[in-house]
Amino acid sequence: MEFKIANKAKMLTFVLMAGGLLMLVIGLIMHRSDHNFLTRLLSNTLINSFFFFSIGLGALFFLALQYATETGWYATVKRVIEALAGFIPVGIVLMVVALLTLTFTNGAHVYTWMDPDVTDTASHHYDEMIDGKSGYLNKAFFWIRTLIYLATYYVFYKGFRARSLEEDRVGGTEIHFKNYRKGALFLVFFSVFSSTSVWDWIMSIDVHWFSTLFGWYTFAGMWCTTMTVLVMLVLYLKKQGYLPKVNDSHIHDIGKWTFATSFLWSYLFFSQFMLIWYANIGEEATYYIQRIEEYQLMYFGMFFINFAFPMLLLMSRDAKRSANILIFVGLIIVCGHWVDVYIMVSGGSMGATASIGFVEIGMAVAFLGLFIRVVLTNLTKAPLTPVNHPFLDESIHHEI
Amino acid sequence: MADKVIYAMYDDDDVLKDGAKKLVSKGVKINEVFSPFPIHGIDPIIGIKNTRLGIMAFLYGLVGLTLATVGMRFFMIVDWPMNIGGKPSMTYMDNMLAFIPITFEFTVLCAAHGMAITYLIVNKTLPGMPAQNPDPRTTDDKFVMELRLSENTSFSSSELEKMLKDTGVIELDLKEI
Repeated sequence: MEFKIANKAKMLTFVLMAGGLLMLVIGLIMHRSDHNFLTRLLSNTLINSFFFFSIGLGALFFLALQYATETGWYATVKRVIEALAGFIPVGIVLMVVALLTLTFTNGAHVYTWMDPDVTDTASHHYDEMIDGKSGYLNKAFFWIRTLIYLATYYVFYKGFRARSLEEDRVGGTEIHFKNYRKGALFLVFFSVFSSTSVWDWIMSIDVHWFSTLFGWYTFAGMWCTTMTVLVMLVLYLKKQGYLPKVNDSHIHDIGKWTFATSFLWSYLFFSQFMLIWYANIGEEATYYIQRIEEYQLMYFGMFFINFAFPMLLLMSRDAKRSANILIFVGLIIVCGHWVDVYIMVSGGSMGATASIGFVEIGMAVAFLGLFIRVVLTNLTKAPLTPVNHPFLDESIHHEI
Repeated sequence: MADKVIYAMYDDDDVLKDGAKKLVSKGVKINEVFSPFPIHGIDPIIGIKNTRLGIMAFLYGLVGLTLATVGMRFFMIVDWPMNIGGKPSMTYMDNMLAFIPITFEFTVLCAAHGMAITYLIVNKTLPGMPAQNPDPRTTDDKFVMELRLSENTSFSSSELEKMLKDTGVIELDLKEI
């Protein structure tokens, strides 16, 4: 069945984008003479580009995971996952624009290591620790790595999508086994890149600080957001009368993913936090000391919401089959994970001067509108059921 | 109370499932099905209520949580105050992060063991208990359906046997218990 964007959805995305932009402009005019105006603007560009790009990336990862494990149940929702992954090209453009602007403004106090003064021994801004890391953290090598990450993601996305559409036309199992191999190959790249890319894009903001768990922690948050968005999108499409083959069991399974990845994220948050708290080493603890002093309520509130809401509300079998509960929990934890990314970035770049106002909300809302529009447009480009998927029959009879 | 039981043996779980559906639609009450592995979807057909083991697991988990918290507070704070991670604050709350992994593990331990033991007791399958299944072949590759005449008073035993034969049984057995 072909998908058509409802007029209401078109209207909504337009209102989100226009309203968001309007709020952003009001915010920018209000704060135009603040001394940290540029840092604030570019922090927010990075936060939102990364957050929405990572939803697409999480979908690509999830798709590759299904290919590599030759999963059957997901065949009826495969096109929805592909539509989310289809945000990757737009996300790449957003990431490149955000990172390029930061590069040309010498990091704009977001990436302090981009400032030439900190590695210049003659300058009074000279920082020995950053200078020591400059073999890895310098603009040229940063861009080489960034382009490798983005190009890899793009090539794999294009490949998966092209093969998926080709499978619709020709059928057979040859494409399935090719996807199996490419899916496994993607996971090999992704297992490294998921960590190193967020070291570069996010962790290098707190340039003196490092944590080996940071990559997994961010990845778990990304995966959880993707699963939450996926379940909400599937429920929306069901409500509109699409996806007739998707039954309660599929919804239940994606609900379980939301539940499980919320735990994964909480587990990694806690692991990182507890180890640093226990060891109590100055250069490690500084990350949390700063965030606890400057964002206490928001930081622990975000953790509490992202952990307790899915745990308490999605624990029972019936809850994972109820559209109302899933949407309610989903909307809250997507906001929760946005705040997580917000504190990761703002904590390092803005510090105590950060606050959520017109700039933050406006930009997030505008990006959200763009995201929804791109994903819905992707859904129109292919039939919603992959007709020749080898496991389609298994998926239609999925019952748990 | 003396009761007569019919054991109907099948060699395929799908045949048994279809047979059970037919019998139930005619108003026959099936008391139990014995199978070497779980048959998906048989519970609602023969009218077995959802398990309440999950509720028990939650309660056992709460017991574990409480025991771990009370125990660790006594061992580490009250009875012999410990300096945890170079932070000798000597209060439970300030050191709670260090106690969370153990609390978690103990909760899981109590929930899992409590659940397993409850399951064995409820099913009367604790080690050393006499076997409940009517035929040892149901632990290998056969499936047995159990019908009690006392629960099917509207049918005679010959009527039930005739209906069962139509569903593709391979063996029929009438026993008094």
